[in-house]
Amino acid sequence: MTTSRDNLFASIRRSLHVKGDERLRAGIVEDRLDRAPKGIIPDRAQIDAPAKLALLLEKLVGVQATTAVLADYSEVPAAVADYLRANNLPATLKRGDDPRLAACPWDKTALDVSVGRSDGGDLNAISHAEAGIAETGTMALISGPENPTTLNFLPDNHIVVLSATDVVGDLEAIWPRIRAKYGKGEMPRTVNFITGPSRSGDIEQTILLGAHGPRRLHVLIVGA
Amino acid sequence: MSAQSTAHSFKANATGAMADAQLTGNLKAVRQNFIDKRAKAASELPEFEALRENAKEIKNHTLAHLDLYLEKYEAKVTASGGYVHFAADAEEARQITLDICRKVGAKTVTKGKSMITEEVGLNAFLEANGVTPVETDLGEYIIQLRGEAPSHIIAPAVHLNKEQIESDFRRVHTHLDANRDLTEKTSLLTEARAVLREKFLVADVGITGANFLIAETGTSIIVTNEGNGDLTQVLPKVHVVMASIEKMVPTLEDVSQILRLLARSATGQEMSVYTTLSTGPRRKGAFSSEVDAGSREENATKKEARAQARGDVDGPEEYHVIILDNGRSAMLGGEFQDMLRCIRCAACMNHCPVYHQIGGHAYGWIYPGPMGSVLTPSLIGVDEAGHLPNASTFCGRCESVCPMKIPLPKMMRHWREREFERNLNPAIARYGLGLWAFFARRPKLYALSTRIAMKAMRLLGRGKGRFTWLLGASAWTKYRDFAVPEGETFQAKWKRERGVK
Ligand code: SF4
Repeated sequence: MTTSRDNLFASIRRSLHVKGDERLRAGIVEDRLDRAPKGIIPDRAQIDAPAKLALLLEKLVGVQATTAVLADYSEVPAAVADYLRANNLPATLKRGDDPRLAACPWDKTALDVSVGRSDGGDLNAISHAEAGIAETGTMALISGPENPTTLNFLPDNHIVVLSATDVVGDLEAIWPRIRAKYGKGEMPRTVNFITGPSRSGDIEQTILLGAHGPRRLHVLIVGA
Repeated sequence: MSAQSTAHSFKANATGAMADAQLTGNLKAVRQNFIDKRAKAASELPEFEALRENAKEIKNHTLAHLDLYLEKYEAKVTASGGYVHFAADAEEARQITLDICRKVGAKTVTKGKSMITEEVGLNAFLEANGVTPVETDLGEYIIQLRGEAPSHIIAPAVHLNKEQIESDFRRVHTHLDANRDLTEKTSLLTEARAVLREKFLVADVGITGANFLIAETGTSIIVTNEGNGDLTQVLPKVHVVMASIEKMVPTLEDVSQILRLLARSATGQEMSVYTTLSTGPRRKGAFSSEVDAGSREENATKKEARAQARGDVDGPEEYHVIILDNGRSAMLGGEFQDMLRCIRCAACMNHCPVYHQIGGHAYGWIYPGPMGSVLTPSLIGVDEAGHLPNASTFCGRCESVCPMKIPLPKMMRHWREREFERNLNPAIARYGLGLWAFFARRPKLYALSTRIAMKAMRLLGRGKGRFTWLLGASAWTKYRDFAVPEGETFQAKWKRERGVK
């Protein structure tokens, strides 16, 4: 009995007029998957490290995120406490198991910090980014117990910590890093590219922030 | 059957739309909001034109090797612990979805915005079978409350104003204070956020579409601004992705090129707020217990080792992808193949003077505007949708803004020529009927050939009530589904029954 799968592939091959020996076509496909050739990389991202950081900060503001630049990780808890206070938000925070965040001196603040995924009851969360993409002001986050994906979407206020050494120029610069971590062709369960706080334009095409995801996105860049 | 169509009464639909003052007023937002933003975003990226050319090449290459990339993709999804299902048509896609829902005893499913589930008419089917679908994109939610179809592929409720939305919220959200103030747009947004948050947290299955599927890694990608698609796919136990065959791209690098065009062409953003890559279900680790507050006491290195040995603490436990054909494989290799490069950015309708006048519903099926005028006849047949290719002034703006350089006016002309020459019948269907006429005039030959054909069709269609393609007749079945023959031809049956009498 033929299955829908068989029929589908047969129909594609018939339409493409391919039959018999497909070594040439298969070789072309293997080669492309293997080499993963880079396409056109915008000039705006081909710049030195300080310029990349400046571009990233500029782009973040352009997408309605807020930013702060810190000297090192020991300053993170105080910066978070300041941010929450300045926005009249309660001093609570949910974080994952990321070792860089775990090592921060949370005890030096009055913040009530809990660890794990979010079940929807958290107002504020903090995550550590894998990288920041200067080209568009985008944070790249990877799922796992270190930075659970629910923290990126359920809380009202999302704080993302980014190491200045992880600022990259273009989107494509992410892929070699992920391949180095997980292996070629392998991926973590989720990669989130986040560019500003949640928004919707569905009511009369007016952009309103805070649709279903966080209403605020605050980025702390450490080590710059 | 795919979703219901009224494309055959396009002329009446369009006339009605143009007489609707409220609609034409609301449609001004399309012109005012999308055109300038796209132009600005494109002009701020000097490489925009070169990227369009490259994106076109990437998709052409993918389509020419689509069978092979689909196989690679399937293998990768399976290796990451997910399931791939192939669906020939709308009916099969709906049934697979329902089966997955039933297996986990799902009562409600949340849905991310997806044109493909609109195409297959999923919501009505799930509802009829006891599963409640909840649209979570704000625009989709609004039109679901109204029982309408989307009027635009990225702004489904663009035909409505805030007063209309307010009255729908008051009509449906009866559990809320009747005296609440909903005059501000933000109060409408906040109300929808609160109502839908409840739905997200209790849904058993989350269904999304996909903007892209990546062969290299077995990944599905969704691109959104609200974050609803992400809550749909991360919270429930099961994530179902429904996507058509042409969403395939080879590599992560390839998709990066096209992503640079998508948001700029759609909303004028450089990047949409959320671009999410999903690969397989939640990862299982050596320990699956959740992190607790006690872990703060452990030292950092120990914790890191523990974290690596543990799996995800969130994400779906099951990940399914339903790959839908619904007529697309028959478009490959022909004059409408270029349409399969479409990334559903909506730039063509945003720039279309006809769309500006009549809005999306007048087109009568799921896909409006220039892309719909080309795609709809290919998918539901030129008999039903033959008027749509006339919905053009041939001004050429759609092609000039299409990021994938799809020659939309040329393809609308193709359809018009076909409609004219073949009197509403696709060329090969006419040819088929010509053969039929030839045989019909020769009764013996006809009886013999149809009997043989029926036998073959029965074998091919075994176990199914119908089939969408048939060796040697793919261009015909592209437009019409053959019913599986019941076992004998009309002639044979008539002869037999007459003989009995
Ligand atoms: S046809 Fe081109 S412009 Fe229209 S939706 Fe598709 S990709 Fe966008």
